[in-house]
Amino acid sequence: MLRIENLHVYYGGIHALKGIELKVMEGKIITLIGANGAGKSTTLRTICGLVKNQQGNIFFKDKDITNLETRERIIRGLVMVPEGRRVFPNLTVYENLQLGAFVRKNMPAIKSDLKWIYQLFPRLEERLTQKAGTLSGGEQQMLAVGRALMSRPSLMLMDEPSLGLAPLLVREIFQIIAEINNQGTTILLIEQNAYAALNIADYAYVLETGNIAMEGPGKDLLNNQEVKEIYLGG
Amino acid sequence: MSFNIFMQNVVNGLSLGGLYALIAIGYTMVYGILRLINFAHGDIFMLGTYFLFYAVAIFHLPWWLSFILAIILTALTGVLTEKIAYRPLRNSPRISLLISAIGVSFFLQNAGIVTFSGIPKAFPRPDIFKKILIIADIRIQIVNINAIVISLLFLMILLYIVYNTKTGLAMRAISTDTETARLMAIDVNRTISITFAIGSALAAVGGILWALKYPQINPLMGIIPGLKAFIAAVVGGIGNIPGAMVGGFLLGFTEIMLVAFLPRLSGYRDAFAFLILILILLFKPDGLFGKNVQEKV
Repeated sequence: MLRIENLHVYYGGIHALKGIELKVMEGKIITLIGANGAGKSTTLRTICGLVKNQQGNIFFKDKDITNLETRERIIRGLVMVPEGRRVFPNLTVYENLQLGAFVRKNMPAIKSDLKWIYQLFPRLEERLTQKAGTLSGGEQQMLAVGRALMSRPSLMLMDEPSLGLAPLLVREIFQIIAEINNQGTTILLIEQNAYAALNIADYAYVLETGNIAMEGPGKDLLNNQEVKEIYLGG
Repeated sequence: MSFNIFMQNVVNGLSLGGLYALIAIGYTMVYGILRLINFAHGDIFMLGTYFLFYAVAIFHLPWWLSFILAIILTALTGVLTEKIAYRPLRNSPRISLLISAIGVSFFLQNAGIVTFSGIPKAFPRPDIFKKILIIADIRIQIVNINAIVISLLFLMILLYIVYNTKTGLAMRAISTDTETARLMAIDVNRTISITFAIGSALAAVGGILWALKYPQINPLMGIIPGLKAFIAAVVGGIGNIPGAMVGGFLLGFTEIMLVAFLPRLSGYRDAFAFLILILILLFKPDGLFGKNVQEKV
């Protein structure tokens, strides 16, 4: 579904990605783990066009999207849940969800997707008219995910969805990720919480200072000695 | 002061306030979306009056048609200034944008002097705007009533667009977080163009109503109303649309009342507006209705 070939990105004078190769297969959960500054966020931001790459290509559904605007990529079925949730704090929960469906015109389909979101996140339905800025951190994360789903994506990129959440909520978020994947959305997830990410992932990549250092099925990496020492705390 | 004089001043204050509000919207919307104080906005206001003047005086079009045409042309000019002078600087430091805006302002003023000549022109006023209405001893110029009604009408249309349409939602999203708005597949360039079109159209309406009240136009006429509307926008909390409206009415009203109650200070009415700006910036820089969103992290 998504294929990245020899991707180089220079970001603020730094050679942030040094020719990475990455594949996301349809229907799977793929995760990208790595330390701070390894280039995980840059990878996601480049995939959705917020950062322009200087070399290499990005293919989505077999089309080269390397030079497309962010907007065009979203229309083709990509979506991102950005780091730090980035809900629009001064807009209501409902308006945030509407923005997720911004390019869609089919009202009945949007309505039925809203119902689906309310099923996934009953708490959002209770708070529809509330400003998103007044929600708790966990609720904001749910809104960010719900908003992304409103575009009916085929591939959802998630940047540190567990960041800053209480352990109980982290578990809930990962359950929801699995549930969304079960319902047919492919997921590319980046996480500091390597244990939870590897546990849920079908396939995983380890990023180290702009290079893919290791890759393999999630469960394999979970048992890999090196990964254990560096990312899972021994 | 007798009651009827007082009521006349109330009407005057509201009509002046409505004009400030119309112009202030343009400042506040553009600031909200680009974080730019568009100092050329007052000159856009001036252009609106000249478009109408030429439509009536040279092309002999009916006044109402000229009015609509002037609004459209001014809106297009606003969109064009953004494309030429601001868009190429979108990723530059904000000070560059500001300097570009000042440049556009000087350019429009001087281009105006060259093409329209610096000599003031008499603004065409249909007879209905010249009448005076007398209700129970209160003498009211029709043009003031018109100014109040028309500005309220346009302000209501604007509020509808901003709070009830998809375009309005896109504008509010961009003004909060442009990058995330981009992730929602919002066409940012198009939305910015629409913002400039709306702001400039309202400035044209304000300018034309202004010229109906003070029926002489010249290429530098936009400077002072422009600055005062900017003050109104700051008073209301720059970036805040209802705030700019309230700020406009507040400023117009207090200005007229100052002149009415303290006629000896009437020469200072402009200075008074700037005094308000200084006080607001000193004591309440977010404006009266500034950021009211509390964010939980």
